[in-house]
Amino acid sequence: MSKEKKEEDVGKNKKLQVAFYWAASCGGCEIAVLDVDEKILDVVAAADILFWPVAIDTKYKDVEAMKDKHIDVCFFNGAIRTSEQEHMAKLLRAKSKVLVAFGSCACNGGIPGLANIANREEIFNVAYLNNPSTENPKKTTPKTMVKVKEGTLMLPEFYDTVKNLNQVVDVDYYLPGCPPHPDRIMDAVGAIVENKLPEKGAVLAPLKSVCDECRFEKSEKKIKEIKRVYEVDKLEDKCLLEQGIICMGPATRGGCKARCLDANMPCTGCGGPTPNSLDQGAKMISALASILGIEDEEKMSDKEVEALIEKVRDPVGTFYRYALPAALINRKVMK
Amino acid sequence: MKDFEPNIIGFLCNWCSYAGADLAGTSRIKYPPNIKSIRVMCSGRVDTVFVLEALKKGADGVLVAGCHPGDCHYQTGNYKTNRRIKLLKKLLKEMGVEPNRVRFEYVSASEGQKFASVVTEFVNELKKIGPNPLREIK
Repeated sequence: MSKEKKEEDVGKNKKLQVAFYWAASCGGCEIAVLDVDEKILDVVAAADILFWPVAIDTKYKDVEAMKDKHIDVCFFNGAIRTSEQEHMAKLLRAKSKVLVAFGSCACNGGIPGLANIANREEIFNVAYLNNPSTENPKKTTPKTMVKVKEGTLMLPEFYDTVKNLNQVVDVDYYLPGCPPHPDRIMDAVGAIVENKLPEKGAVLAPLKSVCDECRFEKSEKKIKEIKRVYEVDKLEDKCLLEQGIICMGPATRGGCKARCLDANMPCTGCGGPTPNSLDQGAKMISALASILGIEDEEKMSDKEVEALIEKVRDPVGTFYRYALPAALINRKVMK
Repeated sequence: MKDFEPNIIGFLCNWCSYAGADLAGTSRIKYPPNIKSIRVMCSGRVDTVFVLEALKKGADGVLVAGCHPGDCHYQTGNYKTNRRIKLLKKLLKEMGVEPNRVRFEYVSASEGQKFASVVTEFVNELKKIGPNPLREIK
């Protein structure tokens, strides 16, 4: 309906032209849009949704037919792991005035980004060939092109390395979280509607860490040994990190209202790195190692220190759960 | 691999290890010129981010050296770095980077000889391991 509109008109008195897209993600971000509850009606009142594959019947060719910068704001969730996702990221970048990386996957790679400790071959081996519930005698794995009688079948290429959105296209704003907190979504939508967006490249979340929003009482940080959640008999009403549970709170950007902590679960880091931090996981490694075994550190032998460190079972999965593609070392070195 | 000369970044603490390196120099002890030293006030100042960044930017090895246990000018900085480097090595192993590319050593201000032998040993070890594979990954 707005195809004939002049570009300057869009977004002034007219409704905001919005698009949503998902790439390598679980779909939770799409649901998060509806988590704003009845406020979704305000969003619909202020915006026309031009493209949203999960909810409305629009096709890629509809987007391709748009003029450049026709969409006012595109909320893009999910990481980039196939050629189709890369194509859509580039297409939506060209068609959108503002591109928002929505959710942990688009911002930092997210859970799909953990695939960077393997490559395509290893992933296909597990997914299609060698696992107890798969029977695949012909050893069929996805190919980008297969010729059959009826013609040629095509599939997008599956990449070796998962990337976050800004490693593929220019991103204007970041809205982290797995999924983003409804308040952050409404703040972002409000800022867009009122044209009060911060400068390009900003993360649309508070500057402080999750600890700032956490309800637990905090005192001096000391840990005798690291425990996993099930190893703690009775949780005390104080900082989980001080009780030996690895909580990513200190290295993670807040804005989530520390909801996981409210449910007595440690922060796993979905908010991504804190401002000016180059690498979320390395920051947490520094912080955790500094307070681990601090009380008896002068008496401890190297063996005892090693035993303490050994209790961290999976450094990548613990410290980089949502940010491996954005880390300094962003993929495993394959031998 | 004969011609491979490893590139090492050394984070040396101001009070012990940097003075130790200085002593190696003034005593005219010979050691390989592969190390680029960066003076930090304490080995405890070395964030794991520094080490990862050095590796990311192509260093073949990173040496972090601090005071012996009990000698830290700031009491306990060296203990913290010892634990950090151990945890970091575990991460590197999971990421397929040889953990031996990162090394933590205690070198006092009087140990010029030890500094020289640590660097020599490290260079020889890195020559065996080969160039840093992260250099190619962008």
